[in-house]
Amino acid sequence: MFDRRLVQHFDWVLLALALVLEAIGILTLYSAVNASAHVADLTCPVYLKQTYWFGMGIAAMVAMFLFNYKWLHRWGGAAYAFSVGLLLAVAFAGKEVSGSQRWLVVGSLSFQPSEIVKIAVVIVLARYFSDCCSEEGFTLKSLWKPLVWTLVPFILIARQPDLGTGLVVLLIAGSMTLFVKIERRSMICLTGAGVLVCSVAWFFLKEYQKQRISAFWNPETDPLGAGYHVIQSKIAVGSGMVLGKGFLKGTQNALSFLPEQHTDFIFSVLAEEWGFLGSAMVVTLYLLLIIWGLSIAIRSKEPFGTILAVGITSMVFWQAIINVGMALGLLPVVGVTLPLISYGGSSLVATMLGIGILMNISMRRFMFKD
Amino acid sequence: MNHTYLKTVDSDWYRQRLSGTLICVFAVFLVLLARLYYLQVVKGAEFRRQSQNNCVRLQSIPPARGLIFDRNGVLMVDNRPSFSVSIVLEDAKNPKEVLLKLAEFLGEEPQPILAKLDGARGYPSFKPILLKRDLSRDSLAVVEAHKLDLPGIFITIEPMRHYVDGKRASHLIGYLSEISEEQLKSGRFPHNRSGDFIGKFGVEKSCESFFHGEPGTRQVQVNALGQVTRVLETVQTVPGKNVYLTLDLELQRKTEEMFAEKVGAAVAMDPSNGHILAMVSSPAFDPNAFVEGMTFEEWNKLAANEFHPMGNKAIQGQYPPGSTYKIVTTIAGLEEGVINEDTKLYCPGYYRCGNRTFRCWKRGGHGSVDIIDALAQSCDVFFFQVGEKLGVDRLARFATSCGLGMSTGIKLDNEAPGLVPSSAWKLRKIGVPWQAGETLSVAIGQGFNLVTPIQMVSLVAAVANGGTRYKPLVVGRIRGVDGSLVKIGAAEPVGKLAASDKTLEFLRKGLVDAVNKREGTGWIARVRGIEVAGKTGTAQVVSMEKGHEEKPLESIPFCLRDHAWFVAFAPVETPRIAVAVLVEHGGHGSSAAGPIAREMIKAYLGI
Repeated sequence: MFDRRLVQHFDWVLLALALVLEAIGILTLYSAVNASAHVADLTCPVYLKQTYWFGMGIAAMVAMFLFNYKWLHRWGGAAYAFSVGLLLAVAFAGKEVSGSQRWLVVGSLSFQPSEIVKIAVVIVLARYFSDCCSEEGFTLKSLWKPLVWTLVPFILIARQPDLGTGLVVLLIAGSMTLFVKIERRSMICLTGAGVLVCSVAWFFLKEYQKQRISAFWNPETDPLGAGYHVIQSKIAVGSGMVLGKGFLKGTQNALSFLPEQHTDFIFSVLAEEWGFLGSAMVVTLYLLLIIWGLSIAIRSKEPFGTILAVGITSMVFWQAIINVGMALGLLPVVGVTLPLISYGGSSLVATMLGIGILMNISMRRFMFKD
Repeated sequence: MNHTYLKTVDSDWYRQRLSGTLICVFAVFLVLLARLYYLQVVKGAEFRRQSQNNCVRLQSIPPARGLIFDRNGVLMVDNRPSFSVSIVLEDAKNPKEVLLKLAEFLGEEPQPILAKLDGARGYPSFKPILLKRDLSRDSLAVVEAHKLDLPGIFITIEPMRHYVDGKRASHLIGYLSEISEEQLKSGRFPHNRSGDFIGKFGVEKSCESFFHGEPGTRQVQVNALGQVTRVLETVQTVPGKNVYLTLDLELQRKTEEMFAEKVGAAVAMDPSNGHILAMVSSPAFDPNAFVEGMTFEEWNKLAANEFHPMGNKAIQGQYPPGSTYKIVTTIAGLEEGVINEDTKLYCPGYYRCGNRTFRCWKRGGHGSVDIIDALAQSCDVFFFQVGEKLGVDRLARFATSCGLGMSTGIKLDNEAPGLVPSSAWKLRKIGVPWQAGETLSVAIGQGFNLVTPIQMVSLVAAVANGGTRYKPLVVGRIRGVDGSLVKIGAAEPVGKLAASDKTLEFLRKGLVDAVNKREGTGWIARVRGIEVAGKTGTAQVVSMEKGHEEKPLESIPFCLRDHAWFVAFAPVETPRIAVAVLVEHGGHGSSAAGPIAREMIKAYLGI
């Protein structure tokens, strides 16, 4: 089964992009926590923990390209069922941290099934879409299955509550669906329904979530409350200017003006210390990663690989866009990690898993044994 | 539904889908990069400044106020550390909650503390708002212990004025109080900010420009909780200058002791240079109360006190001089040739002028007296006749040359000028011509005459030193913190008595006899071993009624009792101290004021 061509076609570019972003991530984490007593107080510094998780991520990535990705077509349903099961387990037996029940604890490890479920959703949707694709696009009738597959995890995640991750699941599913094309009339209906659902959903949001969203439109009205994060983050990013304040020299970060500086606002730390040059470079790296992901999709010679690659790329895309957009004050503050850079084991492993799948597709683009 | 070609390789259809996707991706990333460019390049400098404002605070360090010493270098007023609690709104995420917690920790009603927040509306959010001054040690400990629960709250140490002996010389030293809005706006206090204390009275006020020093600044880095993480730069304060008063603390203390339970004033002066050795106004107030913050009731009590503890009676109290005024009449009489050393006048106990009879204080009369006896025994009839011959306007001219009727120029606020009546004055003021009989009252210090204790001591000092009137000085030296001399209070002659040496000699002789002869009215003030010269005075509060003097003092209501004067200097040969004592409603000058003057002289000369 092993083929020399696998090595020949190994996707070094993708690996390099992932490693560079991860290296930047650990470096930035080092800076983020070294500055803040609150996070540094932990027994094990988060940048070290992140390094361990990175090891696990590498293992997950390698595991993902050792077999032919078409197995995923077969086992996708099982993977999906398993991860939704994990989500249910979280709902009943999850660990609660600061008001949110998002973690499952196995031994000394705790992880977030919501991160894994994103990949699972991508796989089942890719299987369905690749099997039932048509040039006219999907009609409402043919969309109910993917809708259920998406909404079940979304609801489970949203009630943890983890609106950010839930939203990412919706966005991934939406992007994939749009990619495979929706029939015009159904499109109109769906858009209408979407608007309706969004306006109804507003009333189900928690008070702090509403505040964050309204503060986004006008942060200056409540500079010490809900708008605080946005203002402080903008000051941090802006004060980096062209060349940045230098590694470990970000005062906004060092003096704890930045909230959640090792997860949600890691980009602000980076932008403050490395300036426009550094942050534009990181944004460009993400752009390259996305383009590369899409190029893998296009080079894949069969629809399942293409749609799978599009799904995984859209996962990275949305998380990067939301996280950076949030730090720049372009989007409301919802807790979404910056792939490969933010602190968070589950997120890192899930992303590496996705990259492993991308590599798998990339390596096997010339093989049509099935 | 199953389009098999879609499952085939190299599908152009997917290429098309992907190119659309790519365009969207590029567009979104372009927005991100543009936003980055806008924040970091276009607005970068502004945000950099904001980030510095965010974490760099400029703290003002109040300078230590100059100290006050007496003439011998004994500390009278210093500064003690006081702890104030303030809040920086920007650092307190929820100021109201923080203040409620603070009030709870301090065990106080939250309302007054919350009110400070309203008072600071429109104030820059990074500027500290003072919440409470002068915390007790216990409160300080509680606030420090709960520092983490009180974001934005910080404690500052400020020097606070401390009057070592409380009420000691309070009228001379004065007090501090918070600078007013108008004073801040006036631009005369460029170093001060709202909430600062400045001198409002006494030497604290007159020497304000020397006392205040210059505030320092400290640039500090704070974290999001407002806690100082690093001091970046410190500009040291320049402490205020130290003031050495002319006051002799021992003499002051002794005089105040003598005034316990009494209302009135006493001033002692060095006749050779005008230095004020003691200045007492009774009752006094405690200037510490002003710095520590007085309650409304405390202030009302002070303001409503019928004996006016807030007024400095030594320079603001205007009283009829009584017989001490005979010094002026003597000078005028001798200088104008109305009398001479040989002139003897007969006192039967009364004097008739027109259709009115003026009584001498001694009903039986003094018999035939010359000027020296008249002074010693304070014979009214003698001076009635001198006054009558002089007329009120000549008398007024001499009174003016003696420094009466105008302020002495002492560098303290609100000095009263007193009043020297003249015929023109009466016509102008009351609209009625001068009556001959009124001159007689004026000649013995009653009637319209008004003098202040400081004027009287200046006059007596001039008599003692040979005729030179000095401006009363309360500040002897001003020194920098390093001991360098900034200013010296040099003797400043402001006039000469219109009296020849011979006149002064007679005058002094009369004053010596007043104290040292058995029949002198000032006998009570004699001091064994040195020669004291003095003059009693009894100033009527209401016009004299029949049999007024014979009544025992206790039978007269307090407010109707006469004011008692005593002016003196000693030793006569080389005068080192002149005093003027006034006891309000003290009755006779000799019994009420004399002993105080005597004790002051003894205390100062160390007898």
